[in-house]
Amino acid sequence: MSNFINFRKGNFNLNMKLKLPFLIFYFLVLSSLEIHSQNCSYNFSGTVMDLHDESPLSNAVISIEGLDQNILSDENGFFEFVGLCQENYKITISHLKCKSKSLSINLNGNLEKVIKLEHHINELNEVIVLGDSNKRSKTIYENKISKEIIDDNFNSNLGDILKNVSGISSINSGNSIVKPIINGLYGSRVDILNNEVNIQDQQWGIEHAPSIDINSAGNIYVIKGAGALQYSGSAIGGIVIAEPSKTFLIDSLYGKTLIYGGSNGEGGSIVSKLTRTYESGWFSTLQGTLKRFGDFNAPDYIMSNTGFIDKSASFQIGLNRFNYGFEFFLSSINNEIGILQASHLHTAGDQIRAINSDSILYVDDFTYKINAPKQKVTHNLIKSKVYKRFQGFGKATLQYHFQNNKRLEFDIRRGINKNTASTDLRLKTHTLIIDFDSSFSDKFYFKFGIKGEFQNNFPNPETGVKRIIPDYDKYDFGSYVISNIKLNKNWLLEGGIRFDYSKIDALKYYRKSFWESRNYNKIYQDIVVKELSNQVLTNPKRNFNNFSATIGLSKKVNIFNSVLLNYSIGSRAPNPSELFSEGLHHSSARIELGDLSFSSEKSHKVGLTLSHTKNNIRITFNPYINSIVDFIFINPIEIQQTVRGSFQVWEYMQTNARIWGIDSDISYDFIEKFTLKNQISFLRGIDTSNDIPLINMPPLNLKNEILYKNSKFHNLILSIQSDYIFKQNEFPNNNFEVFVPTTGKMELVDVSSSPEAYHLLNFRSTIELSTENKSKIKIGLSINNLLDKSYKNYLNRMRNYSHDLGRNIMININVNY
Amino acid sequence: MKKLYTYAVVALLLFSSCSKDDPIAVNEEEVITTMIVTLVPSDASTNVTLKTQDLDGDGPNAPVVTVSGDLKASLTYSGSVKFLNETETPAEDITLEVEEEADDHQLFYTVGSGLTMGVASTNNDSNGNPLGTKFDVKSLSASSGKLTFTLRHKPKKPNSGLADAGGDTDIEATFDIVIE
Repeated sequence: MSNFINFRKGNFNLNMKLKLPFLIFYFLVLSSLEIHSQNCSYNFSGTVMDLHDESPLSNAVISIEGLDQNILSDENGFFEFVGLCQENYKITISHLKCKSKSLSINLNGNLEKVIKLEHHINELNEVIVLGDSNKRSKTIYENKISKEIIDDNFNSNLGDILKNVSGISSINSGNSIVKPIINGLYGSRVDILNNEVNIQDQQWGIEHAPSIDINSAGNIYVIKGAGALQYSGSAIGGIVIAEPSKTFLIDSLYGKTLIYGGSNGEGGSIVSKLTRTYESGWFSTLQGTLKRFGDFNAPDYIMSNTGFIDKSASFQIGLNRFNYGFEFFLSSINNEIGILQASHLHTAGDQIRAINSDSILYVDDFTYKINAPKQKVTHNLIKSKVYKRFQGFGKATLQYHFQNNKRLEFDIRRGINKNTASTDLRLKTHTLIIDFDSSFSDKFYFKFGIKGEFQNNFPNPETGVKRIIPDYDKYDFGSYVISNIKLNKNWLLEGGIRFDYSKIDALKYYRKSFWESRNYNKIYQDIVVKELSNQVLTNPKRNFNNFSATIGLSKKVNIFNSVLLNYSIGSRAPNPSELFSEGLHHSSARIELGDLSFSSEKSHKVGLTLSHTKNNIRITFNPYINSIVDFIFINPIEIQQTVRGSFQVWEYMQTNARIWGIDSDISYDFIEKFTLKNQISFLRGIDTSNDIPLINMPPLNLKNEILYKNSKFHNLILSIQSDYIFKQNEFPNNNFEVFVPTTGKMELVDVSSSPEAYHLLNFRSTIELSTENKSKIKIGLSINNLLDKSYKNYLNRMRNYSHDLGRNIMININVNY
Repeated sequence: MKKLYTYAVVALLLFSSCSKDDPIAVNEEEVITTMIVTLVPSDASTNVTLKTQDLDGDGPNAPVVTVSGDLKASLTYSGSVKFLNETETPAEDITLEVEEEADDHQLFYTVGSGLTMGVASTNNDSNGNPLGTKFDVKSLSASSGKLTFTLRHKPKKPNSGLADAGGDTDIEATFDIVIE
């Protein structure tokens, strides 16, 4: 081991003068004082990477001259030879899309190397790497969901697929509306980027699913915390980045078709994607997704009206040249989602009936028909981007995005309004972004940019229902500078600051009784536009100046171990629902009240990542603490009587909060072909001002998986996954009592208690078949909730009304051509 | 660089330069602000009126509940109910809508402990199941207690009472009743 440490030090000193690793190594071997006898127990392992963006290259062929051994790098670019002797070897590394590379190694112990490959000569001069790793944080561990995982789970929604990452859970409204929670935070605190477009789709509500089709993405990345300042300073939970697949500069036409069928919901989906690329740099991609499901079922009953239809398509065209290029991206997403019929209950008395019932209150026959209550959401997006490289300076990028989000919510209504939506929101967002990237040298990277955004929300009054979210115009202006410096081979320092100005200019009708009960008629008299008999039209205007910053260090301890440390400050302006809500929120069966006087919430997060990768074991350990000043949360304050019955009143408030936790990932190839994976996500969220737990915090989650992979037999994969969700014992007590006429007594409405712990088993298998004409077919059979376990999920808003999903047997066929 | 910055600002101003009109006020058409129960005694004495009125709907003000007088013992009252939306002028009579969609509605009566009376629906929907907007009240001995009216939307029909009716509560109003 001491010899090994000397080796690293020597390597470091020499690297200052000599660039060729081969020479360094040669020198090291010569300078090594220890003389070994012939020994054939050495391992040579390494990682093959793309020179341009350091992304791992899979399926690179590594061969040793004289030995009949060819090895393919795995999806992480990793390869390993075992049982090599103490001698000089000639290694060749080749990859379909890259120029081959040869190197000599003089083996004198176990050796691990990073091998960087360049693209084909014809691409070399012109290549543009879309997924430039310099773009994102270098000191916050970045979780990746690879194209392979997306293709194997292409029927999932974003929220469900992200749960493959430790520290990520989801908050659900039924099984189709799934919002990601990153380290305990969700909604406006999590930004979702689809091909660099920050999706603006009224992300504040629990029952608003993110408008994104994962199949338009190549890879999905997650950054936990507000560190990725080039995108946003307000994402104090984190950022989810969906990036399209890389295209290569070759004349090629390729595509894939994915077909899924599932027993639960008795539905299926189909995805098709076709990409054309040219050597000249032109490329285009066309993709479409269609999903249709009927009512899903819990183990013991049908969950009536939970079917959905998803239709989405995207088109991308562009030119990729080294010095300049452009891209044009169009995406359209259309969803129609049924809301569990049995959850359509409003009054506190109705809630008692649902909570105290062991089963579900309403069951009908299975159907594909989607009735009210339901949602219809359309999200259209246009992105245009141009870039140009300037000699000696770097790259300038200009982007314009337009998004049009239309959200319709249909309630069970009476009379002539039966088929009219009760919520009809139209949100339009224009965004202009200018970025400058510069690498002055290999060691110093610098990027800055500005962003301007205009957003208009129009709540259609023709619904005949009071608008919770008012008409508003919102203006945002942001600017940032980020930089990272390679201090030496092992140390990297990263820092950045961002400033955001945000202005919201709304026109809101308040109920006169509310306006007066809040004393707003005295405090905000100057914003009144006109007074009607029972309503007041007001023009609230609020400005927010938000500062965010990040600083971090990355240290490679040795080739096996690395440490990342990051401190980020994020600031988020209150969203329209936090500012303006006032009235009965049908889907949560409670009256929700916002507050016009809110200030921005500020987060201070420190995250540490320790990672260890050695031969057959990979460990990532990520403790963090997030301290949030003026955290906006909603809290029950009283019971309100109306003619309809009693309702609980919840009011948005500001407090100080602290969330700390640990995410851990271990993957261990314990014997050949077998891998054991373990994932732990643990966190605690505390309202520190009141010393009570925060609501809706994910309970401890323990995931274990045994995976068998046989690359010699059609890449056969068999896996059993165990998912243990503990009972959340830390929750605020928001229970209340109401008078129930049928019993003539005051009764407790238990809206707070968490459900019991549960354990789910999932099975997964895939097999690959190649056909003569080079297309590849992959067939998968999976079973979720293998034992058909009946359970309730604390983070599912429907838990008071029904159980969660029962067993689901799924078949998918993926054809690549 | 400066040029680009200027463009950005100009573009932003362009977006923001559209003028706007005041949004239209929404008068909620489905809100039930008021329920009036009229009890007509069979002996032609004074009617008893039970009324609950909440003019701000889901707003912070509680409903105002009034009972015009006491009921007489051992007497039959013929009852009827009216649901109004008084946020509109003139007030909209929602009873008509409820009666039109009789299959999807039912008014239930819950007689609280202590109160000695019987209440039974006298009108039906098209399937012959009770609707309940018209009913008979038979007072028994002198007593007092709570009488609750519950209007359910989309209840199970037929049902054996409020406990198994399901559906969504549209109205729930409780009155303190005295039988002399």
